[in-house]
Amino acid sequence: MYPRAFHYHRAGSLTEAVTMLSQLGDDAKLLAGGQSLIPLMKLRFANPGHLVDLNFISGTSYIQEEDGGLRFGALTRHAEIADSALAAKIPIVHDCAAGIADVQVRNRGTIGGSLAEADPSGDWAVVLMTLATEVRCLGTNGERTVPLAGFVKDAYTTALAHDELVSEVRVKIPAKGSGGAYIAFKRSAPVYPTASAAVQLTMDGDVCKDAAIVLGCVGLTAIKVTDAEVALRGHSFTDKAIKAAMEAASAAADPQSDMRGSADYKRTLVGALVKRAIEAASHRARGEQVEVSHIYA
Amino acid sequence: MPETIEKVAIRLKVNGKPHSLQVEPRKLLVELLREDLDLTGTHVGCDTTYCGACTVLMNGAAVKSCTMFAVQADGAEILTVEGLEKDGKLHPIQAAFGDSYGLQCGYCTPGLMLSTAQLLANNQQPSDAQIRKAIAGNTCRCTGYQNIFKAIQRAAQTVKGA
Ligand SMILES: Cc1cc2nc3c(=O)[nH]c(=O)nc-3n(C[C@H](O)[C@H](O)[C@H](O)COP(=O)(O)OP(=O)(O)OC[C@H]3O[C@@H](n4cnc5c(N)ncnc54)[C@H](O)[C@@H]3O)c2cc1C
Ligand code: FES
Ligand code: FES
Repeated sequence: MYPRAFHYHRAGSLTEAVTMLSQLGDDAKLLAGGQSLIPLMKLRFANPGHLVDLNFISGTSYIQEEDGGLRFGALTRHAEIADSALAAKIPIVHDCAAGIADVQVRNRGTIGGSLAEADPSGDWAVVLMTLATEVRCLGTNGERTVPLAGFVKDAYTTALAHDELVSEVRVKIPAKGSGGAYIAFKRSAPVYPTASAAVQLTMDGDVCKDAAIVLGCVGLTAIKVTDAEVALRGHSFTDKAIKAAMEAASAAADPQSDMRGSADYKRTLVGALVKRAIEAASHRARGEQVEVSHIYA
Repeated sequence: MPETIEKVAIRLKVNGKPHSLQVEPRKLLVELLREDLDLTGTHVGCDTTYCGACTVLMNGAAVKSCTMFAVQADGAEILTVEGLEKDGKLHPIQAAFGDSYGLQCGYCTPGLMLSTAQLLANNQQPSDAQIRKAIAGNTCRCTGYQNIFKAIQRAAQTVKGA
């Protein structure tokens, strides 16, 4: 399958990419890992007249620790993050990167491209919403910092202007006593999840001091479940507290019935995923090493 | 429809052999390999980034060549199934797929062998779980995967012993 013909431009720097976007206008699109854009172009759901390729810009793929946070260059591939000991300082970030699709997609797909795509089934926004995450955006007027919650506006819609790009993603490393886990339910590796749950907990002994609970694939964007967080905060993990969190998650989910399952099924499923993620996260918050894997049908 | 599209000059190495080509930007890497370089060992299965039949290594990393433009391979080293064999001798991965009956129709096999090549280049003692994860992006409609799994274990033994 051939996409519509397009003009190809290779940017030498992120600043040059922004200039190209502003000169070429609405008909131009950035090309990062291409793992969302190229399939869409082949199906002719996306038909850009110009592509600005970011892949040849050096120094855009990195993971660095600075001021108690991790910085990810926009072009950092999922595979690099999955293999990085530094990124594993935030276990939920490792869970996310290692669980996206398959080896081949992870070798190409980028964290910046994923956030910019804002696919309702994408993993990164779900996980990064449980953490203090900022998106650095570079435009013709310079750089600005947008908190992730304000970056994703709607399905496939972000705060980026047409001639603006994601340059870096910054994530605060959670304090000691905090741990998280991300668990998705998938039919196979090379597909998006049916539903997913990201949980980040801060524990004081057996009592939960703080909780962030975010659901994926069950709404137009990631859904932060405040009621589930409230159900856990200040409590120890009794069956009752966990059940309340599961019910709050099922109630907050707003899924569509589709080939992956009915809306009712996904609502039940996401509650169960929240339970499993709470269990894994609470172990990690206590400093235990817990392997977490997605669940494959 | 767009006016004339400029072709782009690229240089790449495929199975060690250098090439300089003029390519249309929308040409996919798999089409460059199959149609321009006559390397038809790389297959197109789904053409929608799912099946992994088109997997090749780019600078050592497995990629789905139906989901990359050829212009993006400028400056890269590509390894396809044709590059596995050396001096008329099968690569240990190829031999292991044969010896373990790791293929039936063979459509998925080149992609699977290249995913295996990335795995074994970085890890000569893969666990069962690591093997499964390494080939999760490759679909086989014939074998039921058990013999593929055994082939990869066998290949790991030979590569390690070599
Ligand atoms: C078979 C398959 C399975 C997949 N499964 C999953 C999954 O389970 N979970 C998951 O999260 N994802 C999944 N993906 C998507 C994958 O993670 C993509 O890599 C990702 O969504 C997009 O990143 P990219 O770098 O490939 O972006 P591209 O496809 O290159 O670009 C996507 C969009 O973002 C824009 N863009 C790219 N980079 C930037 C930037 N720096 N600034 C601004 N705009 C930019 C592009 O113009 C384009 O509109 C899957 C993809 C495939 C093909
Ligand atoms: S042909 Fe490329 S993934 Fe199926
Ligand atoms: S051997 Fe036929 S598809 Fe795998």
